[in-house]
Amino acid sequence: MNPIILILGLPLLGFLINGVLGSKLPKSVVGAIGTASVLGAFIIAILNWNIISQPENNSIHLDLFTFLQIDQLSLKVAFQLDRLSIWMTLIITGIGTLIHLYSISYMKEDDGFYKFFAYLNFFIFNMLLLVLGSNFLMMFFGWEGVGLCSYLLIGFWYKNEDYGKAARKAFIMNRIGDLGLLLGMFLIISQFGSLDYSVVFPQIATGNTSTSMLTAISLLLFVGATGKSAQIPLFTWLPDAMAGPTPVSALIHAATMVTAGIYLTVRCQVLFALSPLTNEIILWVGLGTAVMAALIGLKQNDIKKVLAYSTVSQLGFMFVALGTGAYSTALFHVTTHAFFKALLFLGAGSVIHGMHHEQDIRHMGGLKSKMPLTHLTFLIGTLAISGFPLLSGFFSKDEILTAVFLHNKVAYVLLAGSALLTTIYMFRLYFLTFHGQYRNHHHAFDKVHESPMNMTLPLMVLALLSIVGGALNLPTYVTHSDGFLLSWLKPLFIIPQSIHEINHNTEYVLIGIAVLIFVSGFLIARNIFVSKATVPAENSTGLGGILQNKFYVDEFYNKVFVRPLEITSSVLHDLIDGLILRAFTFGIFPMLKLVGRLNKKVQNGNIEMYLLYMVIAIVLLLGVNLIFA
Amino acid sequence: MLNVFHNLEISHYIYLSTVLFSIGLFGVLFRRNAIVLLMCIELMLNSVNLLLAAFTEYMGDANANGQMFVFFIMVVAAAEAAVGLAILVMVYRNTRKTDVSFLDQLKD
Amino acid sequence: MEFILIPILASLIWAFLPIKSRWIASGLSLISLVVLLTKYNQGSFPDGLVVFDQPWLGESVRFTLVIDQITWFMLFLTQLLLPIIVLSVKDQNQKLIAWAFLMQAGLNGVFMAQDGLIFYLFWELAMIPIYFITLQFSEKDNFVTTIRFFIYTFVGSLAMLASLIYLASLSGGSFAYADLLNTQLSHAQSLIIGGGLLLAFAVKIPIFPFHLWQADTYTNSPAQGSMLLSGIMLKMGLYGLIRWYMPLAAESIDFYQPIVMTLAVVGIIYGGIIAIRQDDMKRITAYSSLSHVGLIAAGFFTLNSSGFNGGLLQMLVHGLNVVGMFLIIDIIQKNTNTRNLSELGGIASKYKFFTVLFFIIVIGTAAAPLTSGFPGEFMLLNSVFKYNSIHGVLSGLTIILCAVYMLRIFQKSALGSNEIAMSEVSFVDYVPLIIVAFSVLFIGLFPQVILEIFTLSVEKLMLDISNAKGVLS
Repeated sequence: MNPIILILGLPLLGFLINGVLGSKLPKSVVGAIGTASVLGAFIIAILNWNIISQPENNSIHLDLFTFLQIDQLSLKVAFQLDRLSIWMTLIITGIGTLIHLYSISYMKEDDGFYKFFAYLNFFIFNMLLLVLGSNFLMMFFGWEGVGLCSYLLIGFWYKNEDYGKAARKAFIMNRIGDLGLLLGMFLIISQFGSLDYSVVFPQIATGNTSTSMLTAISLLLFVGATGKSAQIPLFTWLPDAMAGPTPVSALIHAATMVTAGIYLTVRCQVLFALSPLTNEIILWVGLGTAVMAALIGLKQNDIKKVLAYSTVSQLGFMFVALGTGAYSTALFHVTTHAFFKALLFLGAGSVIHGMHHEQDIRHMGGLKSKMPLTHLTFLIGTLAISGFPLLSGFFSKDEILTAVFLHNKVAYVLLAGSALLTTIYMFRLYFLTFHGQYRNHHHAFDKVHESPMNMTLPLMVLALLSIVGGALNLPTYVTHSDGFLLSWLKPLFIIPQSIHEINHNTEYVLIGIAVLIFVSGFLIARNIFVSKATVPAENSTGLGGILQNKFYVDEFYNKVFVRPLEITSSVLHDLIDGLILRAFTFGIFPMLKLVGRLNKKVQNGNIEMYLLYMVIAIVLLLGVNLIFA
Repeated sequence: MLNVFHNLEISHYIYLSTVLFSIGLFGVLFRRNAIVLLMCIELMLNSVNLLLAAFTEYMGDANANGQMFVFFIMVVAAAEAAVGLAILVMVYRNTRKTDVSFLDQLKD
Repeated sequence: MEFILIPILASLIWAFLPIKSRWIASGLSLISLVVLLTKYNQGSFPDGLVVFDQPWLGESVRFTLVIDQITWFMLFLTQLLLPIIVLSVKDQNQKLIAWAFLMQAGLNGVFMAQDGLIFYLFWELAMIPIYFITLQFSEKDNFVTTIRFFIYTFVGSLAMLASLIYLASLSGGSFAYADLLNTQLSHAQSLIIGGGLLLAFAVKIPIFPFHLWQADTYTNSPAQGSMLLSGIMLKMGLYGLIRWYMPLAAESIDFYQPIVMTLAVVGIIYGGIIAIRQDDMKRITAYSSLSHVGLIAAGFFTLNSSGFNGGLLQMLVHGLNVVGMFLIIDIIQKNTNTRNLSELGGIASKYKFFTVLFFIIVIGTAAAPLTSGFPGEFMLLNSVFKYNSIHGVLSGLTIILCAVYMLRIFQKSALGSNEIAMSEVSFVDYVPLIIVAFSVLFIGLFPQVILEIFTLSVEKLMLDISNAKGVLS
């Protein structure tokens, strides 16, 4: 049997069973089905690793049926498992399994337990659809499907209207991006007459397509990526998406779905490699996002919001890497980020769980003693994301910084600044949560507890991965050859990824700077939040206020897009539709009435008059006939 | 005797029937008594009859199609007079008048 | 012929015999569906099969009925939707069913007619029942709205009649489709004739700015009236566009194409923007319908096969989805006595199954992939984009706007913390909803199955159009 059927089918089966029968099954069974289906997909993907890694046979195909046939354009439901998609599949199902396991405890009090697992399974299915599709249409299916699941899961607690709004916002912002992707697909159809990767990419690689066309296509695809991967200008949905349950934030809004934009770009590497203008735009958009989100992250007080902005910022890092043409580096960071950000979110979830749904870090502190395992793993996650030497984040981030350094020095400085900010806000979060004094009622502190085993087990696994994840793509100065991921992806790229030769001395200097960034960030955070024991102030003014209010982006969008649209809607309905057009069309009725009233005077009911009219008319007609005949 | 008719030009018939028709028409238009009205209508019809008969002769039509029509019209006129008088009787019973200007109920 | 006689018979039975069961009624309406399905092979002729042909008014007007693939598909749409609609009729409105059957006869005739005058005859026959349905069975006094609707569409119909008569006089007095098709028109003649036909269809579809009757009529009619209007009747206009306007007045297409395209795109955005702020669920659905149908009309006017096939597919999908939405609204209104979003909320916490069906229909309308809305919309947008990228981008906005208002409907009525009092939704109410929800998923997965019903006839039709156009250009 084709392994792709199983990889896709198992989560779908889990969704169907849990969705249809879930309300009647006991929670343990529901959780087991949900977890097992994803685990099964993971195992099958692992088993096929060897086949994929054969140099002569590095993809498995599955063609199911024709979805649409329009003239010569044939859109198929078809999949492929190649080096890139198996990599993504392993991330999705691997982390997915851990998060399913974690959710069994995290959600066990919830009435919608079975619904939650059904949605999660459905999400995994859609995400796999996205990465396994062998044409743009399948990717688009998954692309919109994950958006839908994200909508369902953000608004999971549907009774809360704010959560509902956040869910809607996420879906609509994603849709804006999707429109870009869709238009990009239309351009691809008109240009190449197909949506299959295997047809489109070789055609692009021949270099016969004009650069402006490639730029247009790649920009439209990038618009799609900004929506899904929360880049400027479409990033504001992601922090709001934290309304969903924490495992959802970990799985969808940190580890997998939001990296779809990076997957898209890596998949279309040949397209982007030939559109230098787009690359430059991607670089600066990513850079802007990385810096902006990191700045906002400094001033947030909700534990999940900090992590959300951190995610946005890290996604910005990945796009910077893509902009410089370092595709494998971006994917490397996707991978390590998936490890440590999932870890951090699950850790945050564990804290929230232990604190009985308290999310404000101003009300936390000193949890180190109460939750030792959570504390330890969270610390590892913090170190990894901040770039503590030899942890996973150190290698991937260093690679990005090196790539940018060779590309553009100004961008390098800004990105290094953003990395410094990352260290500061992460340690701020860490110190405020786990160190110092507990800042809430003491009886509440007594109730704080460590989370159960199947919540801490995923934490430990992820912590381990966060430590050793760097080994997936060790830099040249360690191994004296290409990193593993880089050489793994090499056969995939039709146009080889450009590798900059770099002087070893420069490289060591850059590493030194990276370490320096980490140390100084750590010291700053420690100085402010541990030594001085500062608690974030309630009201900030000046720059702090702007940061706390997230640069007023939401307010700006409200004023510039949402309100005008609403006003236009009312104006169109009440004024144009209701008044002007109506007056035009239905103005005919009063006019007819007027004519009728005049006519009534003539037709007074007197028969003789009628006869007289008749005679006059006949005489006139005869007269006319006489004159003109 | 017959010669008299044969010696009359067709134009004489036309003048006569035009005069008769006009008398009838003006009667219909300006008299208010319903009985006079009916009589005037008869007059108009008969003026047409005269014309038809005259033209049959003038055209030398062996089948006498025109005179056929005269009979048709006479039948219709008789029927019309019957119906008209019946209506008139009903109107008279209801209103005690034979004045048609009173009957302007059509306007509503 | 059976597709006209069976509904008329059913209508008479319902009007004069004292039966009062929705099940029997929908059973009756299923007969013609079954007959249609057994005649699938009749619908497999791309060039059309004459199923009835008798002289009617002398030799110049023949009562000719023809079934080709497109016609079969339109008949399928009608026979499929009618049982669903009939099943949802309230018990006190049983006489409505008789009118619905009569309307079905008219609609079937419109789709099959292959003679200008017969087409007009059925076109008007379909109008009469909907007039009485909207007038008699609405909750409020509906006279003004109905009369407006009637005058509006009747003016259009008369323009069409005038055009057809003019065209017939040019073709030597024959109203037969083939004769009309082969008549060569001068540019001015085709503009006049095309304009008349276009006006009739634009009112019926409706295309902006001829849509004014729509929102009020949908809002004030009984739910079944709105379903009949938006689900099937609208499609008469769209069908007329491709079967009658385009081939017969092909010389005028080049002139009207940019105008209609622009108006349709304006309508798409206009309807979408208005829909995001309305409070009345029916009104939202009305404007959403304006938006969706505008896209279909735009797709047809691109004159490429993606637009034609996508438009036809979307006609079925839109019919099902909009009927689904009106069913939902009807059930909600029946149980809560309101359909204003500001007064609703929290249905999800009590009616899980209902909410699932509701959500499926919502995402189907919003064209999420793997639901029925997607393939049609994809093809239509693709064709519009091919025609002109600016039109394409602008009409693409519909996928954003549609998400906004559909999710708003769902969220404000089904979600939230309100505890709205609702009586139990009965099984009879669920059956039509389940059918619609199933169709959303099925067509979403296998659109090619539907496309294959009519794709050969579409090719033939497009060939006719391009031949007719080629005469002049």
